[in-house]
Amino acid sequence: MGGSIAAIGMGIAAIGAGIGVGTIGGKALEAIARQPEAVGDIRANMILTAALVEGAALLAIMFSYLVA
Amino acid sequence: MKLKLYFLLIILALGAKIHAQNADNQHYHDLAQQHDDHSGHSHEGHNHDGHDHSGHDHAAPAATSEPNVAPAAHSEQEAHGEFDAKETAFHHISDLNVYSIGPWNFPLPCILYAPDQGWSFFSSSKFGIDDHHHGSGHYAYDRYVLNMGRVMRVTDPTFPMGKVEIGGFGSEEKEMNGKKKSVDLVSFQGRMLPLDKASTADGGLFDGGITSFYDFSISKNVLAMLLVMALLAWVFFSMARHYKKAPGTAPVGAQKLFEPIILFLQDEVAKPFIGPKYTQYMPLLLSLFFFVLGLNLFGQIPFLGGANVTGNLAVTMVLAVLVFIVVNLKGNRHYWQHILWMPGVPAGVKTIITPIEILGIFIKPVTLMLRLFANITAGHIVIIIFISLIFIFGKSGENVGAASGAAVGSILLTLFMMTIELLVAFIQAYVFTLLTASYIGAATEEHHDHGHEDAHH
Repeated sequence: MGGSIAAIGMGIAAIGAGIGVGTIGGKALEAIARQPEAVGDIRANMILTAALVEGAALLAIMFSYLVA
Repeated sequence: MKLKLYFLLIILALGAKIHAQNADNQHYHDLAQQHDDHSGHSHEGHNHDGHDHSGHDHAAPAATSEPNVAPAAHSEQEAHGEFDAKETAFHHISDLNVYSIGPWNFPLPCILYAPDQGWSFFSSSKFGIDDHHHGSGHYAYDRYVLNMGRVMRVTDPTFPMGKVEIGGFGSEEKEMNGKKKSVDLVSFQGRMLPLDKASTADGGLFDGGITSFYDFSISKNVLAMLLVMALLAWVFFSMARHYKKAPGTAPVGAQKLFEPIILFLQDEVAKPFIGPKYTQYMPLLLSLFFFVLGLNLFGQIPFLGGANVTGNLAVTMVLAVLVFIVVNLKGNRHYWQHILWMPGVPAGVKTIITPIEILGIFIKPVTLMLRLFANITAGHIVIIIFISLIFIFGKSGENVGAASGAAVGSILLTLFMMTIELLVAFIQAYVFTLLTASYIGAATEEHHDHGHEDAHH
């Protein structure tokens, strides 16, 4: 039972990260479409922000794994 | 500066190995007390808890012959029974004391220490590794046994030292402190004796942990690290020689590959995130990048053992601790001021912000550690699970048609995943370097443009 609840927690964490990374990617593409010359800066910041969002999801997944 | 880079690279790589073991030690010190309590119970064999395996240790032989699978029956079941995809995946991502390539098992040196019996140095070939199974040994040596490629220790003090033949391995579920735990067993002279888990520094996440012995062996991961270190040292030293011999000329050989990468890291990562003082951090950033990238890629070479080094929590922990030390030692007055007493914020809010910022000091390296670990481990697990689909659909060889059908699908899926993982190897090495640079940049930044008084010198 504990395992399945942890799995639900992992799923929720994945949804959160998905929304976050999706928003970042979408906005970055919009920004690149508007200013193609700034693609380098936008890409670096996009990856940085996506990594930070992912960090929160990873923490959640690790904790749910440890609890399981 | 270039020369410094190469030295740091080697020191870092060496450090990763040594520190991994040191981390091991520290864990031991932290948890020694707790563990002593625990093992004390199990060795004294007083029935303080009906569920503890103390009864198992010292009770009469009648008690030990409880409903356990006989060793022969167990190995039979292992070979033809239900295929356990989870166990297979965890076996393949964990650090082993034997290097398996295909059906061959190459022995590795074992350096083991147990407080009550001292040091043991021997090759893991002493265990008589079985070529058909997953590297389980036929012999015990100095109370150590090789179970599924991992060195475990017999806890029974009556077990003889030296080389002893053993029957096989089994496991049973034990209820301990309300949690179900699997205890590995070894068959010896008709008795099933409990085994201590493998010694790992990752907090027992993957079925190891703080046990009664210390494993300093040149394990699969350490060997992979040494190989990557040697390769990187060879590449970079030969490049450095050429730069010294013919400065200002067009790059030749490996320089053509590495010069753009190094320039990219310098111009796109170090300069914008750290600022004008970036040169002193270039050795650290480049060492981290190439060490992580080299190990990520080495782990993905098919049919070469798939050493999951950057997917080992102890290794990423050492890298994150290095970043933590650099960031906090190099952090200037403003960095600490913004953590401890954020300027320009009402006192009531400061009391809330300060604890969060202090937590943030530790959360940053922790996420750095987890990100690399989880991404690489997840990649390895997904590939193993796709391969496992063949055996799941084929019901371990009973249904050849379904297995062949699943093989086609799983090979395509695996190729797809390996392409993605190639990308992930580069992205994770890049992200690790980028985040390190941004943490260093945030800690060493001069605040001239914020406008609050104390930010000005």
